[in-house]
Amino acid sequence: MISKIVNDLEAALAGVKDGSTVLLGGFGGAGQAHELLQALIDQGARDLTIVSNNAGSGTTGIAALLAAGKVRKIICSFPRQADSHVFDGLYRAGKVELELVPQGTLAERIRAGGAGIGGFFTRTAVGTELAAGKEIRNIDGEDYVFESPIKADVALIKAHKADRWGNLVYNKTARNFGPIMATAAKMTVVQVDEIVELGELDPEAIVTPSLYVHRVVRVNKKV
Amino acid sequence: MKRISREQIAERLAQDIPEGATVNLGIGLPTQVANYLPADKEIFLQSENGVLGMGPAPAPGEEDYDLVNAGKQPVTLLKGGSFFHHADSFNMMRGGHLDICVLGAFQVSRWGDLANWSTGEPGAIPAVGGAMDLAAGAKDVYIMMELQTKSGESKLVEQCTYPLTGLKCVSRIYTDVAVFQIEPGGVVRVVDDVSGAGQDELKRLTGLDLVF
Repeated sequence: MISKIVNDLEAALAGVKDGSTVLLGGFGGAGQAHELLQALIDQGARDLTIVSNNAGSGTTGIAALLAAGKVRKIICSFPRQADSHVFDGLYRAGKVELELVPQGTLAERIRAGGAGIGGFFTRTAVGTELAAGKEIRNIDGEDYVFESPIKADVALIKAHKADRWGNLVYNKTARNFGPIMATAAKMTVVQVDEIVELGELDPEAIVTPSLYVHRVVRVNKKV
Repeated sequence: MKRISREQIAERLAQDIPEGATVNLGIGLPTQVANYLPADKEIFLQSENGVLGMGPAPAPGEEDYDLVNAGKQPVTLLKGGSFFHHADSFNMMRGGHLDICVLGAFQVSRWGDLANWSTGEPGAIPAVGGAMDLAAGAKDVYIMMELQTKSGESKLVEQCTYPLTGLKCVSRIYTDVAVFQIEPGGVVRVVDDVSGAGQDELKRLTGLDLVF
């Protein structure tokens, strides 16, 4: 019998190595695998490259991971937030490297990574400093910039429900990066609010099919 | 000349959004356009984080932080609305499926170039979000801004001096003084003198050879 369900957060993160590239789901707090992030600090892996839309706010979640000195580099679209002081301080001190990426390019680079696509040309950022040094190609009369795929060692995402095979459904806009990040990592770890019996999820409504998922851990809702 | 308020800029812009349009409102001032969309028209609001058919803010106590807009504020979903992941959301932008996006700006050039993501100041924390995707992908980019900086310089300029968000992407600029349309060849047409400034004053304020 196949079951990807693990008993606790420690088991969910077993084997994450120093120097890993880690995809972190979420758009601000919505869809962020908050408990897995906290557990990653305890797990101890360091020198990480993290890929995330935001760079954390306050002192928990991504901000806590940064403050604990675990992150070497962040690939991110919108690090500046009202309360992003942990990132701001490390960035200004030169203690964390930033690769700033337009949000759609970030999403598409992850999608390409998961789809086995060796990169793509997009009109986004043409003529701006975020296209500096990248290949430009004129296609049907318009300039496009080449962007490379993002592949990762680990993805940490949050879904609403899973079954023991790892089929996933999400909750509202908390879906955001989850479905694409699940496809682009060698090991996708999902924290869920609820685990249901195999067959209980409507096959027409499953958003992430089970083969993309390696470990599922249930976290008490609204911790 | 009587400059209009930020709310009146939002109200003026909302009048130009037709029924059936799919619209993305940027964070900050553009969000206010939603308050003035006519109730008798069906307009589809898209938000970059993965929602089409976004409704107004929930009643106090009804907030669901899994249902938020691009500014991470709680919103609601209209009947017929849908959720999708981030790559699909940006397909909508980059694939040319959005009719209108509304953004703020530091500067817009007469050629339609947009600068709205960075002032380029050393030590500033950069952030770009979806601005470049919207600028490159939406069929029409509408800008909402005050015409002048606090120190009185026009933000509608010959060439942008701030870092660019996109080239030749802006079609209209809604300001506290007038509504401008960017036309091919660097032509800037005044389509609505909302402040009553008059032709000479508008040319003086912008330093541009405007068309009326």
